[in-house]
Amino acid sequence: MDIRAFLDADEQKDLLRLLTAGSVDDGKSTLIGRLLFDSKKLYDDQLAALERDSKRVGNAGDHIDYALLLDGLKAEREEGITIDVAYRYFSTNRRKFIIADTPGHEQYTRNMITGGSTANLAIILVDCRTGVITQTRRHTYLVSLLGIKHIVLAVNKMDLVDFDQKVFDNIVQDYRALTDQLGIEDVTCFPLSALDGDNVVERSERTPWYQGPALLEFLETVPIHADRNFTDFRYPVQYVLRPNLDFRGFSGKVASGVVRVGDEVVALPSMKRSHVKSIVTYDGELQYAFPPQSVTITLEDEIDISRGEMIVHPDNLPCIGRHFTTMLVWMDEEPMDTGKQFFLKHNTNTTRASIVALRHRVDVNTLEQKPGKPFQLNEIGQVDILTAKTLFFDAYAKNRQTGAFILIDPITNNTSAVGMILSPLDESALENDIIPTLDLPKLGISPDHYAAIDTAVRELARQGLEIRVIK
Amino acid sequence: MNNYHLSHLQELEAESIHIIREVAAEFENPVMLYSIGKDSSVMVRLAEKAFAPGKVPFPLMHIDSKWKFREMIEFRDSYAKQHGWNLIVESNMEAFNAGVGPFTHGSKVHTDLMKTKALLDALNKYKFDAAFGGARRDEEKSRAKERIFSFRDQFQQWDPKNQRPELWDIYNARIHKGESIRVFPLSNWTELDIWQYIRLENIPIVPLYYAKERPCVEIDGNLIMADDDRLPEQYRPLIKPRMVRFRTLGCWPLTGAVESNATTIEEIVEEMMTTTKSERTTRVIDFDQEASMEQKKREGYF
Repeated sequence: MDIRAFLDADEQKDLLRLLTAGSVDDGKSTLIGRLLFDSKKLYDDQLAALERDSKRVGNAGDHIDYALLLDGLKAEREEGITIDVAYRYFSTNRRKFIIADTPGHEQYTRNMITGGSTANLAIILVDCRTGVITQTRRHTYLVSLLGIKHIVLAVNKMDLVDFDQKVFDNIVQDYRALTDQLGIEDVTCFPLSALDGDNVVERSERTPWYQGPALLEFLETVPIHADRNFTDFRYPVQYVLRPNLDFRGFSGKVASGVVRVGDEVVALPSMKRSHVKSIVTYDGELQYAFPPQSVTITLEDEIDISRGEMIVHPDNLPCIGRHFTTMLVWMDEEPMDTGKQFFLKHNTNTTRASIVALRHRVDVNTLEQKPGKPFQLNEIGQVDILTAKTLFFDAYAKNRQTGAFILIDPITNNTSAVGMILSPLDESALENDIIPTLDLPKLGISPDHYAAIDTAVRELARQGLEIRVIK
Repeated sequence: MNNYHLSHLQELEAESIHIIREVAAEFENPVMLYSIGKDSSVMVRLAEKAFAPGKVPFPLMHIDSKWKFREMIEFRDSYAKQHGWNLIVESNMEAFNAGVGPFTHGSKVHTDLMKTKALLDALNKYKFDAAFGGARRDEEKSRAKERIFSFRDQFQQWDPKNQRPELWDIYNARIHKGESIRVFPLSNWTELDIWQYIRLENIPIVPLYYAKERPCVEIDGNLIMADDDRLPEQYRPLIKPRMVRFRTLGCWPLTGAVESNATTIEEIVEEMMTTTKSERTTRVIDFDQEASMEQKKREGYF
């Protein structure tokens, strides 16, 4: 293949984002190193550095210690563990891959959640000598919580049990019991030796009883296209483009569904209707747009739409409301304070929000529910949230893009928690609302100042501080 | 199967445009840092795409160490002019006037003063609350862990152990006064993706990336191009014409050339695919001290 042909073929490849979970002992870094190495991604000088480092600080004896490749930071190298999410890139002739490499220790649930949020597929590693352990359950639960559609169970270190089929079959059986319980449908299991390379890039001769593909071949071919939601059009307006008086465009990324020129659309929350006049990009106009394209939409009618609002089809509306129940993962060192008002960011919308009810916490090791009390770092559970502004959302299970949000601490600005929405709740039942009210006549403010107050209130709303004004 | 398919490059492009627009919407005073290199050239094009048919709502800023290749400066000025960019150029004039340079002060002092300090001073001077950088995660190990929205404290420092969780495409842009965010819209691009995109989009790049006969001298194992008359006397007799190109661009005394015959993007990619050296090995500064890039990043360098 000449270089032009190579580049032309390369251009057509799609992208698979994958998450790897497992502990240092499971050989996770070795497996990733092997995928990178055997797909020829490592350059010679990286290899030379690796050999040098392996001799100095490695844990792999005479082998090259692939784990050293992945541990980027000095502090971690000293501790001998990976402490955060690291991203790796490699490509084969069929596909490009982004690996989010995350650690397996319990206190680092938050890192795995971080690394997995955009993943199409998760590789869960187990050591075949220990099989499905608490950590495996935890990882699998987190993967199901994130809604990752495809799971690979990598049963590693098969060389240490002489590639015994019985060992593999027993682990697979245990694991399927777990994934059935969690309702995960697409699970594929591989008998591997990452250290020796068995069934990683090529089928191993040492597992004649295994009929499936090698891991890399599977990763190259697993269909991921249908995982996106092409049904429910959701377009969170990100930026209003007004280069001149004749052009008013609404820029954003299509969160889900497909929109076409001429479609009737409705803007939320105003419920004003119009038709799509054009779909504009730098490279020319499009006839239709789909996720995850970033485009600019213009409408036939002059409707006032701002960032944080949403354009949808009138016959397919999201949930519209301020009160919902959700799974929440606590990501902050500081424990949850239910008396606090947070900033909630959902798509392009930011608002004040409160946690108004704690339903339960999940023990990630046993998957049992525990009584709801304020969450500590890495705790997961179900809570109810009330927002100041109206949100336009879907259940996370139905729509990953419009069902996810983050909670930001208003004092430290840390991302304190992340949520996956379950379903909307009734607002009328709420006794204590969180929106402050300005009763202008009561405060003795003359109507001359109403316009200025409206401007200030709109600006505060843009920043997530909703205020109700009574005139 | 339907027609709603994006290639990996189209998906990366959409992701980057989303990131760039998010910054324009959430910050009051963003800036795009421009290194004039190939990655910057791609980032600049993505910004142009993000706001078309409008103009990009933030300026470009180049930190000029005063030792950049002359061709870089020419390219910078003509590109900015042609594409209507508001270009800011800042330098640490105090250090420059005091005679700081890589030959006299070594690469560490030069980089600290002319790049890191110059950058920090410029960010403070204009009170930028967000700064785009063209770094990619596949470039270097410490970058592989950095967030797309990377928080910096009031001293512009990065704390790798205390990064904000970053999920889905929801970026936390909240900061206190004096703090800032560095934003890396090319985080998920690889070197090959960059070249492929330059090829497909016909993005102009500095001619130094293409092989040509250039006056070079070998210094400490690096092939250094004699770009101006500040090359110390002792090296001048050793200058020889060599057919070379550059894989990265920086200060000319600190950027090693590679011998090459690649005069087209296709040939560059071919060379890259078969090459035995990774991209940053031609950068002298990465070898200053162990884990040196991480150290520089903590201090505020990209």
